[in-house]
Amino acid sequence: MQRPGSALRWAAAAGSWGCRLLVLLLLVPGPGGASEITFELPDNAKQCFYEDIAQGTKCTLEFQVITGGHYDVDCRLEDPDGKVLYKEMKKQYDSFTFTASKNGTYKFCFSNEFSTFTHKTVYFDFQVGEDPPLFPSENRVSALTQMESACVSIHEALKSVIDYQTHFRLREAQGRSRAEDLNTRVAYWSVGEALILLVVSIGQVFLLKSFFSDKRTTTTRVGS
Amino acid sequence: MAVELGVRVVRPRPGTELGVVMRTLLLLLWLATRGSALYFHIGETEKKCFIEEIPDETMVIGNYRTQLYDKQREEYQPATPGLGMFVEVKDPEDKVILARQYGSEGRFTFTSHTPGEHQICLHSNSTKFSLFAGGMLRVHLDIQVGEHANDYAEIAAKDKLSELQLRVRQLVEQVEQIQKEQNYQRWREERFRQTSESTNQRVLWWSILQTLILVAIGVWQMRHLKSFFEAKKLV
Repeated sequence: MQRPGSALRWAAAAGSWGCRLLVLLLLVPGPGGASEITFELPDNAKQCFYEDIAQGTKCTLEFQVITGGHYDVDCRLEDPDGKVLYKEMKKQYDSFTFTASKNGTYKFCFSNEFSTFTHKTVYFDFQVGEDPPLFPSENRVSALTQMESACVSIHEALKSVIDYQTHFRLREAQGRSRAEDLNTRVAYWSVGEALILLVVSIGQVFLLKSFFSDKRTTTTRVGS
Repeated sequence: MAVELGVRVVRPRPGTELGVVMRTLLLLLWLATRGSALYFHIGETEKKCFIEEIPDETMVIGNYRTQLYDKQREEYQPATPGLGMFVEVKDPEDKVILARQYGSEGRFTFTSHTPGEHQICLHSNSTKFSLFAGGMLRVHLDIQVGEHANDYAEIAAKDKLSELQLRVRQLVEQVEQIQKEQNYQRWREERFRQTSESTNQRVLWWSILQTLILVAIGVWQMRHLKSFFEAKKLV
């Protein structure tokens, strides 16, 4: 049903432009996001995480061990075909940036299989693409005013401040965990040492006494 | 895949509804690809715990979505409504602040009232054990803390903010979060300093005590042996 008029042509033009814009949006690797998770990894365990990533997206994986044992973990990152992109054994902290070469499910695993009785707490931050924009509208293609670009640069600066704060918080938690470990070990050592001291000193006396109680009292004296 | 579909679309004729349908479909496709977050596999009786170290009065929102492995189709399908997840949140003093069961798709929210390490634990409550059949449940999880938990579209609509006002609002929220985090670090440092000082005191007293015990034992040894030898008429 055709309706005459310029309004129709305007609507059609707008409609087709809207369609083109949507196609454009689909071509652009869409807004990603970041996942920041701190989880417990029991001893002899392996924990894997998966994410579907589009081709051409720049991703960053950053991890840090917060508590447990020697504060190290094995990490492994694989692409959808199983090819290993990153593999490190017994690392305390690392950061790895890559660009997704193909669409599909990327997998990264943390392994504590080398440890027999210490369970670990691991923090990781997986950033996929850019953060989603504040406005889910189509204004992304238009230019920003000076005020808006100032806001954007302040936002980015604050994001890096928050990032540094997170790292500081993790370092503090790790330091505190180490100090508590040390405290426990020193406490056990002190109690153990005190007990050993008592046992040895009392034992010495009785051992010495036993040397002299077998012989008779008529022992020869030196220089009589 | 979605990209190829978009390119092959025929330009809609003006005035036809097909254009509207196509646009909606494209939009839905685009949105659908954004829906999946990070995911992991969880066993039937397995409990997965996540830790969030947050300052007080911070809101945390968690979204999860579960999928069950379908053996016939050999892929993961959205889980049946009977399958739910039990979410338990504990505060730094191990007190439970949230313990609720949600469906196969859920969203949980809590606000911290004490600063420190909060623990979020998830485990499934499968009512029919045959559902898992030795497979695993796939859980898509997304946890947003503090400023990231804010829904700016909702805030803009509620307070009727312009674009610039919304951007400034976001900056204000970010700065508030930074402030809270700084206060939390200051509190942590104070507690750590107190702990260190008390440890130092205890180590000092323990060393003094141990030296005194050592000297006392030495004296006792000498006296005991002396009396022993005197009794044995060796001295």
